[in-house]
Amino acid sequence: MKVMNCPLNGPRNISEFAWGGEVKPMPDPASLDDHAWGDWLFLENNEAGVVREWWCHVPTSFWFIAERNTVTDEILKTYPAGELFKDRVNFAPKAEKM
Amino acid sequence: MLPALFPYKLLPYGFRRKYRPQRFIPKQKDLKSKYDVVIIGGGGHALACAYYLARDHGITDVCILEKGYLAGGNTARNTAIIRSNYLTPEGVRFYEQSLKLYRDLSQDFDFNILYSERGHFTLAHTDAAVRTSRWRAEVNKQLGVDSELIFPDEIHRLCPSLNMSDDVRYPILGALYHPPGSIARHDAVAWGYARGATALGAEVHQQTPVTSIIIENGTVKGVETPRGKVYANKVMQAVAGSTSVVAKMAGFRLPIRTIPLQACVSVPLKPFLDQIIVSGSLHVYVSQSSRGELVMGGSTDPYGLYSTRSTLDFKEGLLGHMLELLPMLGEVKILRQWAGMADMTPDFSPIMGPTPVKNYYIDSGWGTWGFKATPVCGMTMAHTIATDTPHELIKPFYLDRFVEYAQVGEKGAASVGH
Repeated sequence: MKVMNCPLNGPRNISEFAWGGEVKPMPDPASLDDHAWGDWLFLENNEAGVVREWWCHVPTSFWFIAERNTVTDEILKTYPAGELFKDRVNFAPKAEKM
Repeated sequence: MLPALFPYKLLPYGFRRKYRPQRFIPKQKDLKSKYDVVIIGGGGHALACAYYLARDHGITDVCILEKGYLAGGNTARNTAIIRSNYLTPEGVRFYEQSLKLYRDLSQDFDFNILYSERGHFTLAHTDAAVRTSRWRAEVNKQLGVDSELIFPDEIHRLCPSLNMSDDVRYPILGALYHPPGSIARHDAVAWGYARGATALGAEVHQQTPVTSIIIENGTVKGVETPRGKVYANKVMQAVAGSTSVVAKMAGFRLPIRTIPLQACVSVPLKPFLDQIIVSGSLHVYVSQSSRGELVMGGSTDPYGLYSTRSTLDFKEGLLGHMLELLPMLGEVKILRQWAGMADMTPDFSPIMGPTPVKNYYIDSGWGTWGFKATPVCGMTMAHTIATDTPHELIKPFYLDRFVEYAQVGEKGAASVGH
């Protein structure tokens, strides 16, 4: 079975992981119209080549980032989401504005 | 005459002018610089569209550009099941029209597509699945589709091969029975359309990839290929699997993820399984082809990939469940395995019709439901291109339904668990 390296748990079978889709910058929900929100929510780049994606190690619910090649089925790199997202997003004030 | 000499009696016919072999489709011509309609992709949907454009709308100046060879993509990689017992009224109407067209296709083509009505069983192993089956049956009946929820006694009577024992992980509690469910020879469907379309004037160009799309002021003008530029009044893409890659050339994104869908066949067996058996919960579907092979498929892969590789995990998962349904297959060997690249949409419905680019049309979002829709896609897309208004049947499948929150949640699709 294909093996993926979980940044928290080390190398594990791919069947332990869930695919979370591409990493895309989240727009500000408060200043967004419905059309743009749907665009962010549903439309995909769906690249043939190297992509950066969310993955989850299901038994430990650990979400992380993986870079892999969607043509050759190679996993190039995995790392904790903290390396990409330095600041915690605080949704509470944004939600209040809506 | 000695029996051993008999084959040579045919030999003189081979040398006579009167019995020249006939080409199925005409020899490839030089690419013209301008066509009325260019279709990107040379699979079943594209060929069907060219056929109906010529037959129903009189548009014969059509060029089909295929990167590889004719019908070598998902048209060759599906499991050839045809049915219309979907869940949403939009889906049922659409696929029912397809089924009706399929029934007459051999007559239409004067070429046998080996259309074979088998009866389609969607097994239910949980109360929830029984409930969904009832829901589907009622939607189907309302729209005139032959479909009924049946229970173990009846299932056993109709399909004695199935293991109805309670002593398994997922006993069979009921099934959605769809008598018109069929299989057909998928290559023949594509060839029939190709022959029909080319006889009426369309051109098929194989080994001709589209490398970019020429757009001026938001209107498509043509495409570029390694064999030169091809201008066109209208362009359609029908390239399920590579949809996003081609759409990117045209400058727009789609709610599609490309995910492999694997399948395999067993060695040929004597005919024992008339019916098409599907289980959404177990992710199994199986039917016996006209040459005796069991054609088997399951759910899509767990993650996206532009690849047609096969995996052992898939077969372990599929066959483990299959042996519960048909335990007598324990010693049977797998003969071939393959995969296709499926366009998965968030609502398990296709994306068809006009696009943000003027005169550029799309036929995409063919996840696990593309083959059965081949005739109706050709017919409706031909109508859409010829009249520049989406056909009534495909209106719900318009591209902007996602940003307008008007999805068509098709839980009746294969690979969707219930």
